Amino acid sequence: MRTFLTVFFKEILDNVRDRRTLTSALIMGPIFGPVMFAFVINLSIDRALDDAESSMELPVIGQEHAPNLMRFLESRNIDIVAGPDDINGAEEAVKNGKHDVVLVIPEEFGEQLADTIPARVELFSDEANSQGEKEARRARNALRAYNQQLAGMRLSARGINPMLLRPINIDEIDVSTPSGRSAMLLGMMSYFFIFALLMGGMYLAIDTTAGERERGSLEPLLSLPVTRGQLILGKIFAACVFMAASLLLSLLSFYVVLKFMPLEQLGMTPNFGLPVVAAAFFLLLPFILLGASLMTLVASFTKSYKEAQTWLSVVLIAPTLPILIVSILTLRPEIEFMVIPSLSQHLILVDMVKNEPLNGLHVAISVCSTLLFGALLTWICARLYRREGLLG
Amino acid sequence: MIKVDSIHKSFGKVQAVRGVSFDAPDGKITGLLGPNGAGKSTTLRILYTVLKPDRGSATIDGADVVTDSLAARQKIGALPHGAGLYPHLTARENVAYYANLCGIDKAEVGDRVSEIIRLLEIEEFADRRTKGFSQGQRTKVSLARALVHDPQNVILDEPTNGLDVMATRSLRRLILKLKDAGRCVLFSSHVMQEVAALCDDICIIANGQVAIDGSIDGIRERTGQEDLEEAFVSAIQMVGEE
Repeated sequence: MRTFLTVFFKEILDNVRDRRTLTSALIMGPIFGPVMFAFVINLSIDRALDDAESSMELPVIGQEHAPNLMRFLESRNIDIVAGPDDINGAEEAVKNGKHDVVLVIPEEFGEQLADTIPARVELFSDEANSQGEKEARRARNALRAYNQQLAGMRLSARGINPMLLRPINIDEIDVSTPSGRSAMLLGMMSYFFIFALLMGGMYLAIDTTAGERERGSLEPLLSLPVTRGQLILGKIFAACVFMAASLLLSLLSFYVVLKFMPLEQLGMTPNFGLPVVAAAFFLLLPFILLGASLMTLVASFTKSYKEAQTWLSVVLIAPTLPILIVSILTLRPEIEFMVIPSLSQHLILVDMVKNEPLNGLHVAISVCSTLLFGALLTWICARLYRREGLLG
Repeated sequence: MIKVDSIHKSFGKVQAVRGVSFDAPDGKITGLLGPNGAGKSTTLRILYTVLKPDRGSATIDGADVVTDSLAARQKIGALPHGAGLYPHLTARENVAYYANLCGIDKAEVGDRVSEIIRLLEIEEFADRRTKGFSQGQRTKVSLARALVHDPQNVILDEPTNGLDVMATRSLRRLILKLKDAGRCVLFSSHVMQEVAALCDDICIIANGQVAIDGSIDGIRERTGQEDLEEAFVSAIQMVGEE
């Protein structure tokens, strides 16, 4: 027990003084997720607002030929501005990106309307430009609506029910609840927590074998009158402490970031208060032992620090695999999934954020199976720490 | 007292050690001499139990290095070749870490660490972090932590490698001190003069085998060479011819 504690406290002290470990445990991991998340959310908020509420400017050549159309467009939150001087100018402006879209109304527009000849307008846009494409779509939709309106009026004038033109009425109903919609976007956050947690212990895990070996401190350490099992346990638990700190920080930084995100504008109300932060911490806690022993195990097979870093970056991605597969197949939480570490934590976390009642059995299975896997890997690490090949 | 009885060790197809036997008694300095790659380090690594022999056995004060390795480790202080320190810990913390791992009584750790630091003359830099220490400083601190639990048997693998003249001399003085205290000192080197200057007994190893062993005078006599270097060369050739 004393050996274990001696190793444990030495590793804590050693790594607290190591800037690289501290950066990855206390800054990189916890900050990466929330920053990334804020970025993605802001992007989707921008887009959402763009589509519905913001007004767009539409340069029009020949406004004077279609005053009614102009009023109609303005009623759809499209601001009419003066366009280039002529058609050539319009094409040029769209080509070089000065305008995303330009509407040209020829002189004879009014005349053709009056004569019930299809009246011609020209809409210049650049299909290769995705932003411009969005603006063009909006202008096109507005023109189409105007077209329908006129058609309806013409039919009415001739005593025909304009409804004849609408054999089908499509009404889209989105059944997702605000919390449910949040879960879709917040689904990725469980991975951020796992990522932060792994980052926190990465350097300690490497140090246990590859690091000690490269520094030349492994052989003297192994020649001491202690059992190797105690050495490795002390090291793995020290890694766990850093990982727990990393996890807690990333949960808290997420909590803070979410407070400042205008999520209501996206119709999302994630359930991520302090009680959920605490619950998520304890839910992910068993994963720490698994992560620490997995990283130690992988690092023990490598020849050098650099090689260990390379392989551990693969380990950082591994927990996403089950999450990814389930998201792609859109599977509902099933009891079998609770056996799979990382996936079970993800599914339970999503339920928590959706504010759905927790399934106690699911939580119990998740905790037990993750702990079991962790214990198994730790045992394998201890076994491997006894082999001669360890010395490299 | 270290007894080595016909140990063998192979790494894949390479036979590093092929039946090495010798005794290193208490109160004497035994030198393991041999060219690079002769099997000196492998032999010592078996003795401080990080490697297991394929055949043969070795005991440290009667404790078998394979079947009773924990007890064997208790009785040795080892300075492996190129031993490294923890750069974020001070020299004192490095030594104290080993003192605690060796199970020295908690209340005595502080005193014991200070004592060994004084003995090895490293007070000057004892409370600095070891990052950036010179090779000589590193070797001294490594030695301090190997000796902190006051082991009866001391195993040093090429301890003077990379040391300057002054550092080598102070290390030599220390080894002599250990001898006077009745310790068993076993150290390896490929430097002739160093072994001649220090050792009571020499065991010359070449090609993973003991070419010749005994006192310096005995070796001179048996090889018929007055000059020790010549004796060394002819002993190695004897093995090579087999």
